Amino acid sequence: MANQEFEPRIVAFFCNWCTYTAADLAGVSRMKYASNIRIIRLMCSGRVDPQFVMDAFARGADGVLIGGCHPGDCHYISGNYKCLRRYHMLERMMADLGVEKDRLRLEWISASEGDKVKRVVNEMVEQVRALGPLDLPGRFADWDAEMRELDEKVQREHDGACEAHAAKETQS
Amino acid sequence: MQYSYYPGCSLKGSGRAYEESVLAVFDHLGIELKEIDDWNCCGATAYMSVDERRSFALAARNLAISERDMPESPMVVPCSGCYVTLNKTCHVVKDYPAIKDDVTKALDRAGLKWKNQVPVRHPLDVLMQDVGLDRIKEAVVKPLKGLKIAPYYGCQIVRPYAEFDHQIHPTSMDRMFEALGATVVHYPLKTKCCGGSMTGTAPEVGLRLVYLLLKEAAKREADLMATVCPLCQFNLDAFAKEAARAYGPVNMPVIYFTQLLGLAMGLSEEKLGLQRNIISAKNALKGAAAAAAR
Amino acid sequence: MMDRGNGNGRSDLRIGVYVCHCGINIASMVDVKRVAEQAAAMPNVVVARDYKYMCSDPGQEMVQQDIRELNLNRVVVAACTPLLHEPTFRGACERAGLNPFFCHMVNIREHDAWVHEDREKATVKAIDLIRAAVRRVKHHKALERRTVPINPNVLVVGGGIAGIQAALKIASAGRHVYLVERELSIGGHMAKFDKTFPTLDCAACILTPKMSDVKKHPNITLWTYSEVDKVDGYVGNFKATVRRKPRYINEDTCVGCLECIDACVFKEPRFTDEYNEGLSKRKPMHIPFPQAVPQVTAIDPETCLRFKTGKCKSSCVTVCDRNAIDFDQKERIEEINVGAIILSTGFQTFEPKDRLPQYGYGIYDNIYTALEVERLVNSAGPTEGEVVLRDGSKPRAVGIIHCIGSRDTKSNIWCSRVCCMYSLKLAHLLKERTGAEVYNFYIDMRTPGKGYEEFYNKLLEEGVHFIRGKVGAVNDWAITPEEEGRLVIRVEDTLGGFVRRVPVDMVVLSTGLEPHKDAEDVRRKFNISCSPGGFFLERHPKLAPVETASGGIFLAGCCQGPKDIPDTVAQAGAAAAEALALIDKGVVELEPNTAFIDAESCSGCKSCLSLCPYTAISFIEAEKRAEINEALCKGCGTCVAACPSGSIIQNLFEDEEIFSEIAEVLSNG
Repeated sequence: MANQEFEPRIVAFFCNWCTYTAADLAGVSRMKYASNIRIIRLMCSGRVDPQFVMDAFARGADGVLIGGCHPGDCHYISGNYKCLRRYHMLERMMADLGVEKDRLRLEWISASEGDKVKRVVNEMVEQVRALGPLDLPGRFADWDAEMRELDEKVQREHDGACEAHAAKETQS
Repeated sequence: MQYSYYPGCSLKGSGRAYEESVLAVFDHLGIELKEIDDWNCCGATAYMSVDERRSFALAARNLAISERDMPESPMVVPCSGCYVTLNKTCHVVKDYPAIKDDVTKALDRAGLKWKNQVPVRHPLDVLMQDVGLDRIKEAVVKPLKGLKIAPYYGCQIVRPYAEFDHQIHPTSMDRMFEALGATVVHYPLKTKCCGGSMTGTAPEVGLRLVYLLLKEAAKREADLMATVCPLCQFNLDAFAKEAARAYGPVNMPVIYFTQLLGLAMGLSEEKLGLQRNIISAKNALKGAAAAAAR
Repeated sequence: MMDRGNGNGRSDLRIGVYVCHCGINIASMVDVKRVAEQAAAMPNVVVARDYKYMCSDPGQEMVQQDIRELNLNRVVVAACTPLLHEPTFRGACERAGLNPFFCHMVNIREHDAWVHEDREKATVKAIDLIRAAVRRVKHHKALERRTVPINPNVLVVGGGIAGIQAALKIASAGRHVYLVERELSIGGHMAKFDKTFPTLDCAACILTPKMSDVKKHPNITLWTYSEVDKVDGYVGNFKATVRRKPRYINEDTCVGCLECIDACVFKEPRFTDEYNEGLSKRKPMHIPFPQAVPQVTAIDPETCLRFKTGKCKSSCVTVCDRNAIDFDQKERIEEINVGAIILSTGFQTFEPKDRLPQYGYGIYDNIYTALEVERLVNSAGPTEGEVVLRDGSKPRAVGIIHCIGSRDTKSNIWCSRVCCMYSLKLAHLLKERTGAEVYNFYIDMRTPGKGYEEFYNKLLEEGVHFIRGKVGAVNDWAITPEEEGRLVIRVEDTLGGFVRRVPVDMVVLSTGLEPHKDAEDVRRKFNISCSPGGFFLERHPKLAPVETASGGIFLAGCCQGPKDIPDTVAQAGAAAAEALALIDKGVVELEPNTAFIDAESCSGCKSCLSLCPYTAISFIEAEKRAEINEALCKGCGTCVAACPSGSIIQNLFEDEEIFSEIAEVLSNG
């Protein structure tokens, strides 16, 4: 299998009341799942600013997982619905940017669903592992290098044109 | 809707009456059963106990052929032994990647691909879920009034996979026979072992089971027993005399549920293979009809 | 890319990092020494230590001492989940003079050591998470907890023994209680029992005086036949909407003379009596049981002729000299304000009919659930305590089958805790009343409780039979003459190593306890969570066993999980104490994780206004900017995520804090 060596890096944003608690339950129940995930606690999935997701990818995350309460269960009434709207928007943006669908995932996980945390994390790690590294920072560097090259090329052409022009001026 | 059809060895041999009645009933209801091409042993009993993987490969070949030729159709499997083996193969291949690899390799050598997308269905399941009691009731022209039936499911159609009925207390046949106008006898042994291959290997166990099952149906005043499995039918029908010799007199015809369904729909006894029974059900059927007429 | 610089520009950051071993809970999977060494090398970290139990007194003292001696101004504790010990470490900081919100916890137990199997990977993860926290705390601010006044009234939902006990305790402490019960009378399941184990004292003698105390107590408002429809608000200030269903009897005027029942045009009781588990009949005009509280009758409109046909001479009205009968009674809605809520909504017993048909319940007459037998042996029950089967006979042999709907992946996986003991109790009572041979079929005998094992031993001496094995089936299939016409229990005797067939005349199914079928609706209504089995989830099984994750909402009794009467009463007392501890403070302190708007940068786009579910955001027309009412804000942060100009800031969850975490969990490799 390809990418056997590759260990994906997944950043997770979990809401305090359901999914973070579910991850605690997974721990208390000593369930075992892949260690590739780094969980960041927020009070509500409604707090997940799309910029957090973009930033995580930009800084080298291979996947981003958002976890919130099931529809109708939000501790703050409707924050998870707001999160869902932003998720759909992010899905489109990610597609436009050429980031594969499986790299961004939204899951409703209630406080009792420790087993779901385990399943979702393991599934996602395997899916992202199969996709290989996203490496946006690396791509940024490549793009930057490309841009620099282009800049230099334009500069050279400009300089060349200037010189030619100057030479013409002198001639006449 | 079209179904693919896997008969298995029994339905071409000792269970011919089952095949005849299944095909007749489905045909009468306008449902096409298309026998799959070049089928082989389902992989039951002998293979399963000696080498599971070979058994799974055999089963998978049948499933792969069905999937290749009729990718959209569920496969109808009347024999409980085949039904459980084929179902088991689908489950095991889904759950165990190592076995899936082996099976895939074996199929590959036969030039077959299999995506494990064909559901394995028992005719009782198809009749109850897809056709439904309403359509069955509409098709009844000769209600089985006065006939007292002990519904006997045997072990394999609900265990270990309870795909369409309760694992220990199935009621599909009960409901069907009531819809046909018959009286269903309370028969608590409905999922008890028929004796199976024990009649051959350990007759003192097998024959006793045969006797207990037949005796209990008689005690509860059933006119006949109805079964869904050619192995149960054969066992209870063929060994009844021997069991009676060992344990005491008992006379209880055992027929297929599809034969009863066919009779209620007005099909001929001949067409439904009723003449093939060792212990004939004809008197029981006549007696019930006469009792109902009175 | 998104680094917006240092939020408060402190250059003199002095951070202490504390890595907990948690005994070996963390240390066995995370190399805590290495983690502490790595942490010591992180920017601005002045000291990094590891210790066996950070939450212990010496552990906390270590933090406090460092704050004082090393002038720490930020503290990072890597230990268990913040949901467990954040208050502990914030407290330690506070005692050492540091604002508690300069402390941050890193979860390396539940989210790391306990869920991973590779020590190296788990260690790296712990280091990543600590690095994120070290960068995060740079942006922390000194915050003040908000205090709001608390409403001293308490709502208790469910009037079984748990609710009764909690309500009485709170009322006796001088606080007002609203006790809301769904059924016509309080008393719950306990009111149906004849005796209680292991003392065999009469259930009614313990319960009915308490029920009567509830009715009499000046501090208790009792609403039976009522349900909580809606709950708004938060800890200290809840508003509950209670729907009081019509019983068609005026509770204030009825004196419970029961004349109306005698007068009902149905001369004989004809309708299923739910209270007696369907073992007897009642009239449309009825009272659930003689000791019901309130002692008020009720009309069942489903069966009452007046309601069904409009034609009835209504002799009940004629006979009532208090004019208490009111056919036009309507549903009433009450709105109450309370500071704390205790949920004591109880359980339901497992229904074996369709779920475990192999045990024959509903197929054979003489198979009973344990609750039915409770009524049967009860001297106030349908047979006045005489054990008579449905066919009028007396049993010569009785089989009691344990674990029906418990300890089974096909039904409920948990042990229901009370069935072994109540089975013993019923075995004793049945033997005493009928002289029958009594067989208990058990998987394991579970008698953990004071005097329980002794009770089991007593039963063994009384000659009750115990057969270890899970029963396979109960039916009327007789093989021998002895079995003819009886129920036969088939079981593998796992001590004897063979299959038994035991013929009996009566079977008792010891059905387990499970959450009410509408527990999910109740959970949503009160904004709490459920455990995997569907019982309500406590905040922590040991540290906060009667609290929920939602402040001000407490649990008592079987709604939290199966338990016996002593445990239920103890838990109800604890819930009452928690509620009192909360309200007696007079004010409630709230997490300062609210949001505020930076007036300077708000562009007045109004994006945030519609997002707030609490309408905490308003628009100041004159200044063309939005403003958040901190008192209404609950701190979800939804508006923060939406603000296009980044002008909304959520305390404790500032953008910079989150971006710091993102950056550092990804900065390694």
